[in-house]
Amino acid sequence: MIDFARLPKITAAALMLAGASIATPSYAQESTDPIKLTLHDWTGQLITTHIMGDVLKKAGYSIEYVQADYLAQFAGLESGDLHVAMEIWETTGREAMDAATATGKVENLGETGMEAKEEWWFPEYMKEKCPGLPNWEALKSEACAEAFSIPETAPKGRYLGGPVTWGGFDDERVEALDLPFEVIHAGTDAALFAELESAYQRKAPILLWIYAPHWAPIKYKGEWVEFPPFSKACYEDASTGVNPDAAYDCGKPFGPIWKVSWAGLKDKWPGAHKAITAFKLDNDEMGAMIAKVDLDGKKVEDVTAEWIAANEARWSEWIKK
Amino acid sequence: MTHAPTDRIDVHDTALPGSTGTRDALVFGGALALLLIVWQIGPGLAKWAFDYPKAWQIPAARHIGRWTKWLLDDATFGLFTFTDLTRFIAAVIDVPYRLALSLLATGFLSGQGSSAVQVFPPLSYIAVLMLVTLAGYYAGGRRLAVLVAACFGFLIVFGQWTSAMVTLASILVAVPIGVVLGLLLGLGAYRWPLFEKALTPLLDLMQTIPVFAYLVPILFFFGFGPTAAIVATLIYALPPMARITVLGLRSVPSEIRDLGHMVGCSRRQMTWKIMVPSAADALMVGVNQVIMLSLNMVIIASMIGAGGLGFDVLGALRRLDIGAGLEAGFAIVALAVALDRLSQALAQKTGAPLPAGKRRSIVARHPYLVASLAIIVVGFVLGLIIPPLQTFPEAWTLSTGGFWNEVVRWINVNFFDALEALRNLVLLNVLVPFKRFLGELPWLGVVLLLALAGYRLGGLRLALTAGMLSFLIAATGQWEKAMITVYLCGISVIVASLIGIPLGILASERERLWRWLQVVIDTLQTLPSFVYLMPVVMLFRVGDFTAMIAIVAYAVAPAIRYTVLGLQRVDPQVVEAGRAMGCTPRQILMKIKLKLALPEILLGLNQTIMFALSMLVITALVGTRDLGQEVYIALTKADTGRGIVAGLAVAFIAIIADRLISAGAARMKERMA
Repeated sequence: MIDFARLPKITAAALMLAGASIATPSYAQESTDPIKLTLHDWTGQLITTHIMGDVLKKAGYSIEYVQADYLAQFAGLESGDLHVAMEIWETTGREAMDAATATGKVENLGETGMEAKEEWWFPEYMKEKCPGLPNWEALKSEACAEAFSIPETAPKGRYLGGPVTWGGFDDERVEALDLPFEVIHAGTDAALFAELESAYQRKAPILLWIYAPHWAPIKYKGEWVEFPPFSKACYEDASTGVNPDAAYDCGKPFGPIWKVSWAGLKDKWPGAHKAITAFKLDNDEMGAMIAKVDLDGKKVEDVTAEWIAANEARWSEWIKK
Repeated sequence: MTHAPTDRIDVHDTALPGSTGTRDALVFGGALALLLIVWQIGPGLAKWAFDYPKAWQIPAARHIGRWTKWLLDDATFGLFTFTDLTRFIAAVIDVPYRLALSLLATGFLSGQGSSAVQVFPPLSYIAVLMLVTLAGYYAGGRRLAVLVAACFGFLIVFGQWTSAMVTLASILVAVPIGVVLGLLLGLGAYRWPLFEKALTPLLDLMQTIPVFAYLVPILFFFGFGPTAAIVATLIYALPPMARITVLGLRSVPSEIRDLGHMVGCSRRQMTWKIMVPSAADALMVGVNQVIMLSLNMVIIASMIGAGGLGFDVLGALRRLDIGAGLEAGFAIVALAVALDRLSQALAQKTGAPLPAGKRRSIVARHPYLVASLAIIVVGFVLGLIIPPLQTFPEAWTLSTGGFWNEVVRWINVNFFDALEALRNLVLLNVLVPFKRFLGELPWLGVVLLLALAGYRLGGLRLALTAGMLSFLIAATGQWEKAMITVYLCGISVIVASLIGIPLGILASERERLWRWLQVVIDTLQTLPSFVYLMPVVMLFRVGDFTAMIAIVAYAVAPAIRYTVLGLQRVDPQVVEAGRAMGCTPRQILMKIKLKLALPEILLGLNQTIMFALSMLVITALVGTRDLGQEVYIALTKADTGRGIVAGLAVAFIAIIADRLISAGAARMKERMA
């Protein structure tokens, strides 16, 4: 795409076509520059972003999708190179998001309506080998740990945690709850699900970190481990919770998925700012769409177009003047 | 692809200390024994020699972090700030990129973003296919034309066209810039020795610091999107061009230089009319390297907004669609093979004299140029009339679908237990003990040993280099992770050599085997390792063993390549003489050929180590805890200082290994002569 507005500033390269730039349509009384939405590499985020993009297009905005790393994108949002990020998870992105909003250059546009859930997860067939699941106390028994073990970890069980970069305090949790388990960190979430797929094909034992909305809990039958419910005090204060001497003696926090934008969005495209703030989806809708893409092999664009066609009443409300 | 990326030009101007093998063995034996004694009794006496004390650490990460922040926010040249400068560079690079992208993928648009209207379609796939086929025919005749057409045909038939063209567009921009910059740097280094002295270590760092380490500052300075990705690609792909330029200019025969002086060339004429054309062959090798390395960067570039095939690979593997990942991966291989063979053929052709022709029509003088223009025009018109010729209809594309997932599933269900047993055997008996051994070594002892090795092999200067660099790793608090890195890469290099050198020996005598092997190692080198890493994880779980497989698969290529190269270069007369003296084939191989080829094999080892180290960022993705992981964590936390410090530690390991081995090889060569 040749960016005609910026060409004269740079060098005159393709002047022969410059005459065509007069034809730029303008629907709204706002900037006609494209709004840049970031794309990451998981399907749910692609769907959310494409729905938002489609809706903004319907409202007459020009939009552009930019591929960017989930955490590295905050640098771009602060500088105004990027404008909108549709999915910042409470569980994984909170720290970076707070740091960015603290600079005043990034704005939090509220919840998407979807709830992020992350927790230890096991396939259904493991209930036989470790009766008492999903209650976390079942994991304390030696027999259970043995059932989840591999030669390197035996007699301890093996728990496959997320990449180190996700945090999650699993090492601390194992310690605090005195679980006979060893935490192994997968380097990336593709590796995490590759292991699950492999174990599930063989009906082999596996206990790992899974998050939702995602295709895995839809495709595979299984359950979340039920830890003592999360509270802020449990993470910060050693004396609360099951273990009076240690923090992190509870499950992982669940929380909303947030939308954020460059702080200048409000002034440059006030209507879009309003529409993005109004955007809402829920977990079930999202789960169904993710399954259509990742499990049925449909295209993201087709799935979001279906949603747009079926939910006109909802999204037209978002962009109402 | 037939040349390894670090064709290093190393001039050892320090005199080699004269010594014999036995003295070396004695000195090293003594030093090793001393190290072992210290290791046994040390922890009680001098704890600081084992764990570098926290209080002595250099807070390099903090300083670097603060410095980049200063560059970003405050640095100014008076009229404009540093950030203005980098943003200007980004804008300049953006122009040709947009042009290439419009031409190949999106078409020329008016307006921005989604409200843009296409005023002129991109080149149709038919036109591009015919253009590259023509280029193949021009450069290398019918055979090359068929090969190039097959590669691009693969892209079309498997529905990878649009993504491939996005990737191709960024390659088409990155390569010329890399070539020109590399050429200029090389010319500068050739002319001013002082400049070369400053440039060489910089090139070393550019090539050995993992890309992830400098991605964050690049994003800060150059903004998000394809241009930042191109800048990152340039940093990684440019050094061989500069190196080869210097090498090429140096090897221009002195007769040609004298001739230039005699006919009274000015300095500029001397450079551009005499030296550069005479070194054209070498320069084309550099171009080829830039192309290959740029394609290696496709996956990483897509992480920061380059899109294209790399993004498809990542996306496919996130949903565990192994087939789709493989298809996109092989599309990268197809692009690499086509571009590589084209540039090599062109390199050979530049040597041939141009046919002299006067007073002929334009068509006769430039048949290929005219044909290309005709193709573009005809392709455009045809595309307008018959839409399937403009964009390949989706319904016609092929796909392997779920086939590869089924294959992996079948292996997984039927052979997992056997594979698991193998994994456990290797892991528990080899990997874990070696890791523990390296982890327990005192840093001080290792630093001294490296310095000693440097002194014996290359004199005082090398001793200082090896000692200082290894000390810095300890002093910045990276020792433990560095040792895990050395363990993982060390084991992998040994395995790769054990596989690669025997294969190379076999292939050096069997032309057909060698040809097949070349296809395999070319593929291994350009296929993004991410593609086969996920199936490997399914069969071997995450962890060091999987990481080792990935490293070996990538690093085995130079081990094979240099062994074959070395053996094929052995003077046939020497072999003949050996045979005449009644040597058995085994003796000829062991006593004559391998001995003579040893310097090349050592160079291959050197390259194997470099390749292994460059895989660290990838192995971080399967859960290793080495320097690669540290760089990766720093990337996701956007922590510039931390990433660069860990990246420098990797570079230091690479430089130490490289210098020691090069010095060893140089000495061996000397002794043989």
